[in-house]
Amino acid sequence: MNTDETILKDVVIKFAGDSGDGMQFTGSQFTENTALMGIDLATFPDFPAEIRAPLGTVPGVSGFQLRFSSDPVYTPGDLCDVLVAMNAAALKVNLRGLKFGAKIIANKDGFDAKNLRLAKYADGVNPLEDGSLDGYEVIEMDVTRMTREALKEFSTLGTKEKDRAKNMFVLGFLYWMYNRKLENTIKFIQQKFKNKTDILESNLAVLKAGYHYGDTTETFTSRYKVEKAKLPPGKYRSIMGNQALVYGLIAASQKSGLPLFLGTYPITPASDILHELSKNKSFGIRTFQAEDEIAGISAAIGASYGGNLGVTSTSGPGLALKSEALGLAVMLEIPLIVIDVQRGGPSTGLPTKTEQSDLLQAYYGRNGECPLPVIASSTPSDCFYAVFEAVRIAVQHMTPVIFLSDGYIANGAEPWRFPQTDDLPEIEVHFQKKLPEGSDQFLPYLRDDKLVRNWVVPGTPGLEHRIGGLEKEDITGNVSYDTNNHQHMVKTRQAKVDYIAQSIPLQKLDSGPEKGKVLVLGWGSTYGAIKSASLDLQSEGHAVSHAHLRYLRPFPSNLGEILKNFDHVLIPEINNGQLIKIIRDQFLIDAHGYHKIMGIPITRTELVDEIRKWL
Amino acid sequence: MATETLTAKDFSTDQEVRWCPGCGDYSILAQVQKIMPGIGVPKENIVIISGIGCSSRFPYYMNVYGMHSIHGRATAIATGLKASRPELSVWIVTGDGDSLSIGGNHTIHILRRNLDVNIMLFNNQIYGLTKGQYSPTSEEHKITKSTPYGSIDHPFNPLALALGADGSFIARSMDRDPKHLQAMLNRSHQHHGTSFLEIYQNCNIFNDGAFEIFTEKKSKPDETIFLEQGKPLVFGTENDKGIRIDGLKPVVVNLQDGFSKDDLWIHDETDFYKAQVLTRMFDSPHIEGHFPRPFGVFYETQRPCYEDIMLMQIEEAIAKKGKGNLDQLLRGKDIWEIA
Ligand SMILES: Cc1ncc(C[n+]2csc(CCOP(=O)(O)OP(=O)(O)O)c2C)c(N)n1
Ligand code: SF4
Ligand SMILES: [Mg+2]
Repeated sequence: MNTDETILKDVVIKFAGDSGDGMQFTGSQFTENTALMGIDLATFPDFPAEIRAPLGTVPGVSGFQLRFSSDPVYTPGDLCDVLVAMNAAALKVNLRGLKFGAKIIANKDGFDAKNLRLAKYADGVNPLEDGSLDGYEVIEMDVTRMTREALKEFSTLGTKEKDRAKNMFVLGFLYWMYNRKLENTIKFIQQKFKNKTDILESNLAVLKAGYHYGDTTETFTSRYKVEKAKLPPGKYRSIMGNQALVYGLIAASQKSGLPLFLGTYPITPASDILHELSKNKSFGIRTFQAEDEIAGISAAIGASYGGNLGVTSTSGPGLALKSEALGLAVMLEIPLIVIDVQRGGPSTGLPTKTEQSDLLQAYYGRNGECPLPVIASSTPSDCFYAVFEAVRIAVQHMTPVIFLSDGYIANGAEPWRFPQTDDLPEIEVHFQKKLPEGSDQFLPYLRDDKLVRNWVVPGTPGLEHRIGGLEKEDITGNVSYDTNNHQHMVKTRQAKVDYIAQSIPLQKLDSGPEKGKVLVLGWGSTYGAIKSASLDLQSEGHAVSHAHLRYLRPFPSNLGEILKNFDHVLIPEINNGQLIKIIRDQFLIDAHGYHKIMGIPITRTELVDEIRKWL
Repeated sequence: MATETLTAKDFSTDQEVRWCPGCGDYSILAQVQKIMPGIGVPKENIVIISGIGCSSRFPYYMNVYGMHSIHGRATAIATGLKASRPELSVWIVTGDGDSLSIGGNHTIHILRRNLDVNIMLFNNQIYGLTKGQYSPTSEEHKITKSTPYGSIDHPFNPLALALGADGSFIARSMDRDPKHLQAMLNRSHQHHGTSFLEIYQNCNIFNDGAFEIFTEKKSKPDETIFLEQGKPLVFGTENDKGIRIDGLKPVVVNLQDGFSKDDLWIHDETDFYKAQVLTRMFDSPHIEGHFPRPFGVFYETQRPCYEDIMLMQIEEAIAKKGKGNLDQLLRGKDIWEIA
């Protein structure tokens, strides 16, 4: 039969279903497929904290949002063009996130009496039948029935196992609808189930059945296509935030010649860092799953003390546990990377939801005067470069560095024009091996002109010395309770961190005029939303600019100058106002805040509205 | 630097030792300094890591690499150091509060992982540094600053705990027996795996005489029993008493009551079951019919060390996949090109 092909510029799809429905898998396969077509994209996986939340209920809905476009993509989109709803609860949760007129692909079987009841629709109400979806293009598909039909020859599989392949039907259908090839997914399934022939074959059969369903039914008269994006030339791959972070660490380990040691304790959404590094032992990486977060950072300190690149990874609750040991690392003045993949807090909070929860904790959350550098990544692929930079600062300035990512960045994916090893700079590391000419005493806290002390590791003959958490005497490092010395050392540790501002790039505007009405100042995962909102308003002719901070402590030395060039500074954050406190404190400006604390990203639309208030 | 030419003095530092006069820590420091020249490890490869407490001041007085860290975490720091630098000889100094209260978790975990480090637990049954609160090894009913009506905590039996955590080397010694302490330190060092050496240490300020009954000439022979491999369990002023094993129970017998040495329990460090019984000979010396307190090596077994297996996995991964190639990693499996 004839189908038209419609060219689209930009599509936002949301895959939603029970957490057992395989929506994350479906979403990431479609993402991979999209990426391989050279289409730009951004993703937003959103899943419940419970591994198996009650079946069919609203809290059990797992979602995966994907935006793809032939234009540059900065966010996973505010509202969806297409919703795949595997059950009634999935529709209920996501309806308000749909554009008017959006397509709803509904799995009919997921809207039976039981599912409607579980989703808490009133007795006798079925949204597919009561006209409440008028204005949307509803495509009802009997996915369960067709999946079983496709598998009727598979006698070794029970109904339950067969039904598990439902998501493959949807995926196949979407591949048809968006004119895609099935290869990457076929390859993936073959790899994943290579030892389970029946599961492998059944998944393939259902995938193809979904695809052919689009082809053979009369219902669907148009297919869609999104053209390749006009990205800078080069080789691309798709990358997720935690993955990029791990690659950045490995690259930094290679480029510094320091063996990598990770001491950590599992916690969402940081655990994938442990998983991914553990897979890469052939890079000489040691991973240590400790008994708790304190042991994780302590072991990393031990490894750094021994001349390794010590790393510890966690989320907010774990960072809280690490505070005391972080103070020790500040006193010891040894390199250490502390990764905090932030999530909603306080306490256990919202483990699977994103929040810029810990900037103040990273800045101030320790006993005593305890300054250390803080660096944040802004997109999945940015994690690679930002953590590389964190390592450079840690080893060249002999200091622990806190690296902030968040759940949204960690699990989000985007195309990445990956670098070649040769394009990456070396990270120069210096170990002191012997006493300087003419001296007969080793002075562990002697500093260079950047206020940095030397790294001397056990095993170095003649330089045996003791360090610890008690206040140090300047230069000798001996224990000292002297009043003037303490004042001097506190000031020195602060000055040492402040000095780092000289070794980092000046702050640049991401977009917009040098001077103007509103500067939108952001950090971390709000990057995409602020960027799109700023570009929109600029194209309307407004004097709106966007600056995004990677270096949060110390700030780039020109930040104060930039802030002065605007009538208003707006600081949107996914918290109750953290960067804004620090900016007000350091620069004495009347910055405005915009705070969304709902466990989800800020959208472009709401930001555009907010910025307009100051124009 | 060749170690043979060094003496105990080479291991002392220019730092003024700050323990109270008469503190048991002095003797322990002296014994450690004495054995160090003989352990066959270059000085620069020796690292001492401590937590917080009076005892944890130790590293400042030893002219090797040292870290005075934070309360309870020395074991965890040592784990990271040893796992990444297996060639170093790593010693941990910790107190009863440091290792069994705040650091209790790390203590049991290092024992089960079995890193090749030496733990010296300075047990004075009190919090010394914070001026005299009861500790997790203080006896019940103890009157201290924080327990004016007597402690209601049941104490830990450190060696039973260590054995329960599958420690591969379990031993006890005391500050007041330099020869024995030196011998135990040497044995700790020789053991490949986590050595757990509990050292009874007198805090003459806040818990004076806690171990007097075991350390003083008058009572020591009857109240202690020194374990020696392959030798019968004999004790007493006249070497006239011994321990027999009756089923699963140890029994004190008098050698003048018709028992000979051949009837006695022969100490076997490699016997886990006997070690369990020995660690449980821990009753209060003030009750009627109590056992003598054992000193020496209770148990030693060989099992793989964490850092060795860790390294092996890395080597296996390299043998299988080749040394990690960064470009391959960054490129991944699926790429596309934009011209
Ligand atoms: C996090 C933390 N909590 C509490 C303290 C206070 N503190 C220091 S040492 C100590 C107990 C020391 O007892 P022990 O480990 O038995 O060592 P000792 O002084 O008896 O040698 C305490 C509670 C501390 N330094 N750090
Ligand atoms: S308080 Fe006790 S343990 Fe501490 S130094 Fe004094 S005597 Fe030793
Ligand atoms: Mg104590």
